[in-house]
Amino acid sequence: MTRQTIIPFGPQHPVLPEPIQLKLVLEDKKVVGAIPSIGYIHRGLEKLAQQKDYIQSIFLIERICGICSFLHSMAYCQGIEEMMNVEVPPRANNLRIIWAEMHRIHSHLLWMGLLADSFGFESLFMEIWRCRETVLDIMEETAGGRVMLGVCTVGGVRRDIPPELIKKVLATCDELQAHFDHFIPSILNDYSVKQRTVGVGVLTKEVALERGVVGPVARASGVVMDHRVAKYGAYANFDVEPQIEQDGDCYARSKVRVRELYQSLDLVRQSVATLPEGEFNIPVKGNPDGEVISRVEQPRGEVLYYLRGNGSKFLDRMRVRTPTFANLPGLLAMIPGCELSDVPVIILSIDPCISCTER
Amino acid sequence: MITNIIPVTLDTLLSKVGEIFLQKYRLITISCTDLGEYIDVLYHFDKNYEITNLRLRLERGQEVPSISSIYFSAVIVENEIQDLFGVPVKGLVLDYGGKMMLAEASPKAPQANCPAAAPAE
Repeated sequence: MTRQTIIPFGPQHPVLPEPIQLKLVLEDKKVVGAIPSIGYIHRGLEKLAQQKDYIQSIFLIERICGICSFLHSMAYCQGIEEMMNVEVPPRANNLRIIWAEMHRIHSHLLWMGLLADSFGFESLFMEIWRCRETVLDIMEETAGGRVMLGVCTVGGVRRDIPPELIKKVLATCDELQAHFDHFIPSILNDYSVKQRTVGVGVLTKEVALERGVVGPVARASGVVMDHRVAKYGAYANFDVEPQIEQDGDCYARSKVRVRELYQSLDLVRQSVATLPEGEFNIPVKGNPDGEVISRVEQPRGEVLYYLRGNGSKFLDRMRVRTPTFANLPGLLAMIPGCELSDVPVIILSIDPCISCTER
Repeated sequence: MITNIIPVTLDTLLSKVGEIFLQKYRLITISCTDLGEYIDVLYHFDKNYEITNLRLRLERGQEVPSISSIYFSAVIVENEIQDLFGVPVKGLVLDYGGKMMLAEASPKAPQANCPAAAPAE
């Protein structure tokens, strides 16, 4: 019988930006099993949200994640609005789409840079992150924050985007598209990138469905699932086609995210083109009562908020299931059979966000 | 507001989850809420962007059967519920023994409203 060795992988690892922790079971250099350890950065945010009033919680909820923060607040506000029968002004819905899709772009670029870094392609990493700065700059100009925007609120958004900045948003979309056209061939066509990603960390469609994975991880395995299709908020006005690949490997997951970059640019442009005039928030009175489920498609996949109000300003329950939480069982199916050196690339290919997962 | 809720009991939970599994629903997650008098557990399933929920009402100290042998993806959330709410889960395919989210010195069952929910030392 081959001798098995168990080695800890993370939570501190030079390649991984997130403190994911796995116990890898190895036979020589081949990984035959992986067991996740969770809790290293558990902060008790769900409990804390129940001790803040439902408006204060928006700022707390944005801090669940340092990457897709706006989408957390959007999902939460959407749920509270449903509970309180608040109809958000159409302009606010479009503005939310603009910021949500910008978040998707900056998140995918962040991931793409890290993937390049994980297999030592540092010039590509710097090129992609330089491009990401463009998105952060326009978010800062329009919202006042580069990642933590603090603009989403119950009843709409806190800030409008004035016409001169709308023009700048469109100019930024053009600039980003030119950047993408420049570096994306390096991701999709480069020999060394393909050597590290094609056929690595395969997740078949059957296993993806069985493990309940979401977002680009599911779509790269041929699962047609993108919650924007369910037409929440202003997505009701746009057709969003899920970006699907069939191979289920790290390369397929990269291709899905690459195509989603262009798709997000299109959605920002459509949202600007159809931006209605009028107010961007409405005053909200009363307190939430009842229970709702609110779902939003984040860059990593579907996030679910379960909110339970009791008629006071404090919630009985704020529960969040983040996409990485759903993707961890899928990750455990991708790793067995790979080489130890492929593990960082496979982990990065699900774009893990452990801050979200552990809350 | 949540509309599609099917009440289940400890006796019918696994058979109902089995039926849902055969209908090719995806398990989204499980939400546990400690309401003081009792513990409310909601199992959320999705098919074609529509949610179906199973609602289980647990008395304090009652043990809940794991659905991880039907949906493997339940294993992490069930361990989390065991850790944070002090609800014992029976039959987990991977049982962290109450130490997945929490360390040895952590407060026991920190999301339980009632201190009595914490498992005995």
